Amino acid sequence: MTMNTDLLNKATAFIWHEADLLDHKEYQDWLSLWDKSGLYIVPTDNNETDYENTLNLALDDADMRRMRVARLESGESVSAGSVNGTVRMVSRVRILEETTDYVVVRCAMTLNELRHGKLVTYPADLEYRLKPTADGFVIDRKVVKLMHADGFLRTVSFIF
Amino acid sequence: MSELIALKNISQKAADMVEEGHVHKALYSDPEIFEEELDKVFQNTWVFIGHESEVPEAGSFKTAFVGRHPVILSRDRKMNLHVLLNRCRHRGATVCEGRKGKTKAFTCPYHGWGYGLDGGLRAIPKPEEYEGVLDKSDLPLESLRHESYQGLVFATFKNDIEPLVDFLGGAKKWIDLFVKQGGGYPLKVLGEHRFNFPGNWKIQLENTTDAYHFPIIHKSFISSLDDATADIFDFLDGDGFVEDLGNGHSVMVMIPDLVDLEADLDQPIPGRFEELAQALRDEGQDEEQVKRLVRAAHGTGFNLNLFPNVSCSMAFFRVLRPVTAEVTEIQHVAIGGEGAPAPFNRKRMRLHEHFQGPMGFGTPDDGEAWERVQKGSMAGKDGWILVNRGMENLHTSPDGNVAGAVCSETGMRGAYQKYKQMMAAEGEK
Repeated sequence: MTMNTDLLNKATAFIWHEADLLDHKEYQDWLSLWDKSGLYIVPTDNNETDYENTLNLALDDADMRRMRVARLESGESVSAGSVNGTVRMVSRVRILEETTDYVVVRCAMTLNELRHGKLVTYPADLEYRLKPTADGFVIDRKVVKLMHADGFLRTVSFIF
Repeated sequence: MSELIALKNISQKAADMVEEGHVHKALYSDPEIFEEELDKVFQNTWVFIGHESEVPEAGSFKTAFVGRHPVILSRDRKMNLHVLLNRCRHRGATVCEGRKGKTKAFTCPYHGWGYGLDGGLRAIPKPEEYEGVLDKSDLPLESLRHESYQGLVFATFKNDIEPLVDFLGGAKKWIDLFVKQGGGYPLKVLGEHRFNFPGNWKIQLENTTDAYHFPIIHKSFISSLDDATADIFDFLDGDGFVEDLGNGHSVMVMIPDLVDLEADLDQPIPGRFEELAQALRDEGQDEEQVKRLVRAAHGTGFNLNLFPNVSCSMAFFRVLRPVTAEVTEIQHVAIGGEGAPAPFNRKRMRLHEHFQGPMGFGTPDDGEAWERVQKGSMAGKDGWILVNRGMENLHTSPDGNVAGAVCSETGMRGAYQKYKQMMAAEGEK
């Protein structure tokens, strides 16, 4: 089979860059990666596709993303202060679809969080819809499908 | 015999650990007391297991727990509800997995025993060897007594318990008000958030009748609101109150203006609901109905705590399950209106996501506080948790109940008095 490794490399580089921003809490830069109509979604049901008409763990438009970041950066959230750090590994990147308007990418992520001295692990599939622009990609949609999305999670005071 | 004496000593111990205005910290961590709680509290009262809208059709089911017991809530072909122990009568495997769904039967995966939606044992593969050994009619899935009020389904192991309506007593009036947030449509479960925290279930029980914590721990949530909404949540100096409704139940009214969602329908539409109002108008709703739906979208201004495991909390159900002395699972169940306009239910879900659940702007900070209470409870050989706030500033409510200020700990005291009474009772050993 043929593979567009150039596009794969570009998409992977973008996703790694985003992962690094989030682990290092460079949230303002993270916000700038988004298309203004983009949606950040963490579903409760990974088989669901109509996110607006179902309950999600998060369904953030630009306003909610900005507020989520503001909350994490404000110093007012005691749970955000208890997150010692996150380290995420992103791999198994595959281009699912390419059109002139966007590229759909799926990859695997394992996020490790240290909180109150305890390690918590979140394995997930990530699905991106990336829009190519003159300045590179912007995120049109990011769906974080946690493996245990419908289970009893720990609370989350960081961004997947 | 020595075991019986030991058990009796424990019960003495747990009941004695609840005094007027304070409870002993060991109630959060002692594994023997926890076992006794499952026995004396969760097996001896009405336990909330879900809402009827979660099993809307014939063949619908959901799984739940009564204390430690896995149960199935099912709806049979005649639309009757059943609460069944999730345990095959043969070798004991669960016959139903998953949160919810639709099925024609519950079939044990191990040897294929099949049960109907009413729990009746319908089919046994290769039945010859059971001839003269057992009769299928003797071995249905065990059924629990269950009753509903306004669609809220409760089940109990205590067959001779008082009727649910008597158990709810003074709480019924508040449930009637709570279900008005369907906006004129029947209440419907829209989904749920699930999370756990490393702490005792009673820490969560206290939380839903604790207004005092709100502006402190949830400061980052309040900061994310527009000024008008932030003012609504600034309720500690308002006219709210906490009323002890008896049987361990209580109501905490934080926003008196939002007690009855079908009153004051002529109020102007707040800015943050303008988009919803316009979407409803665009769907052809008249102005009266728009105002009614917008008001319902707020959710109620109170938390109704029903002992021991559910709170009708402003705009959702908060259900707790004790897992161990130091682990509790919680469901935040989002609700809307069955058949209500889609923009209304969407708004309800977005508001739920904003505060509730593992990624909400509120819940993670609650979870942090609860985890720290559990951790702190291990400090020192002896110590008490104070629930005496507002004890000297009580009044009698119009319904004749003991009531205190909105940020008093009146509701916690009511719950702990019920707990004390149940834990002091002689066990049925």
